[in-house]
Amino acid sequence: MAVERVIGIETEFGITTRNPHGFDPVGNSILLINSHEAVQAIKAIWDYAGENPLLDARGFEVSGERERPSQKDNRAINKVLLNGGRLYVDGAHPEYSSPEVMNARDLVLYEKAGERVLEMSRQAANRLLPPDAHLYIYKNNTDGKGNSYGSHENYLMARGVPFEKIVEGLTAFLVTRQIFAGAGKVGAENQTDPVEYQISQRSDFFEAWIGLDTMAKRPIINTRDEPHADEEKYRRLHVIVGDSNMSEFATYLKVGAMAIVLSMVEDGWVRKDLALEDPVRAIKEISHDVTCRRKVRLKRGVELSGVEIQREYLEMAWAYYQGREASPQVLDILEKWAWVLDKLEEDPWQLHRHLDWVIKMELIRSYMERRKVGFEDQRISMLDLQFHDIRREKGLFYLLERQGLVERIVTDTEIEEAVEFPPPDTRAYFRGMCLRKYRDQVYGASWSSLLFDTGDAAVKKIPMAEPTRGTRKLVQEVLDRSGSVRELFDNLTG
Amino acid sequence: MSEQERKVKRPKESPKGDEAQATAAVTEKGKELKERMDEVIDEIDEVLEENSEEFVRNYVQRGGE
Repeated sequence: MAVERVIGIETEFGITTRNPHGFDPVGNSILLINSHEAVQAIKAIWDYAGENPLLDARGFEVSGERERPSQKDNRAINKVLLNGGRLYVDGAHPEYSSPEVMNARDLVLYEKAGERVLEMSRQAANRLLPPDAHLYIYKNNTDGKGNSYGSHENYLMARGVPFEKIVEGLTAFLVTRQIFAGAGKVGAENQTDPVEYQISQRSDFFEAWIGLDTMAKRPIINTRDEPHADEEKYRRLHVIVGDSNMSEFATYLKVGAMAIVLSMVEDGWVRKDLALEDPVRAIKEISHDVTCRRKVRLKRGVELSGVEIQREYLEMAWAYYQGREASPQVLDILEKWAWVLDKLEEDPWQLHRHLDWVIKMELIRSYMERRKVGFEDQRISMLDLQFHDIRREKGLFYLLERQGLVERIVTDTEIEEAVEFPPPDTRAYFRGMCLRKYRDQVYGASWSSLLFDTGDAAVKKIPMAEPTRGTRKLVQEVLDRSGSVRELFDNLTG
Repeated sequence: MSEQERKVKRPKESPKGDEAQATAAVTEKGKELKERMDEVIDEIDEVLEENSEEFVRNYVQRGGE
């Protein structure tokens, strides 16, 4: 699997209002996702059958409550989207899951499409709310007071790779990739050492190396084993250690480099010993140093900086692709990865168009210089928050984007299309196109199934255990000649 | 493998002689950016949430995931 891989990303958003007294984040999140007409027109429920987030990749099951809401609640907190993704309420946050895509560029596209869906929903909700109750949505990962919410990447991989190999191959990569994937943060949280500004929003919150939790005692390597696919063949690696990125470039490199390293892990190509003495300490040490020069200790006694550890992975990647075919996109990712590491070593400031943490740091530095204020000024904390505001007219990232001050990977037109249509090359295509064509007959959906109400007593299920099937190439023709769901079933089974 | 795919060629290291030139270019870029940022900062003050202090203090989320 050297070229393409099934990937997806989940983003939890912060939600607030100007007058927060008595503000109910759950109720308002439900209102939010039920406000936009196009989203709300789809009545499909989320099919929880077959989901088990309590299975551990190391081979045991953990006791706990599985999620099974009533049908009415199910519909209130779940929206299946025309692009094959899912909009839902998770705890006290609105959350978007991208559809399954096959490469890093499409991941950027569908991740950004999610922001647009949230923004349309926010505008629709605010038309129903009095001005002082208007909703504000932030794509960041912390409230600055010790509460964190996540951005989770999902990578489908071969089941046959032993979990220890994944841990061994990925830990140092995941601990250090924040030097280009971090979203930047003013201050420190969770009883870590004080700092004015740090690279990552999330690093302060990681307290364990390996584990099943995502809400407390967060682990660098998450062991949730829920493939949403043929479990004999696949594992879904659930990466919870990333920040939400506003920068398209940062998302592209974060996911692209990760997918490459994962292929190397699968093929037994991560052969250098990069085991860290203390990954939980190292992730914070690296985040707390914006010069990127701080060295962390490896088990074998040497000390390396984040850039140096990333270079070790990049070296292995160049070697891995010698004699292997690589897509133009893989080559582009390798080149950008190399270029970014060079710039980080020379002077991270040079990446003020590319990486969230540098873009935001430069913005804050310029503001402080011009307004003659320091980090203690609350406007600086406001800048830190409003950088992640998803409103395109008020969000500070978008203000910079409008001025042409940040690098882009995709276009606005492509993002708008990604709101409406699924990616062509995964099962998300079948999901999205069935919702478009047979909207009122789709009774339910999950990542690995579609349920149809054909008018018969029982709901009919189409299992989709293979994420690389259901593509445009495989199903467009049958969809074209099936005017109704009944015909679709006849054509699929006939 | 599709025909678009090509063999990986590793980019060569840039020659060391370019360093002075590169530094000059970075300085020039820095000046340019500074001027642009001056305009941006004015625009930021226009859109920055009023009563920042209160807004930031009130921004409290429940932990998620």
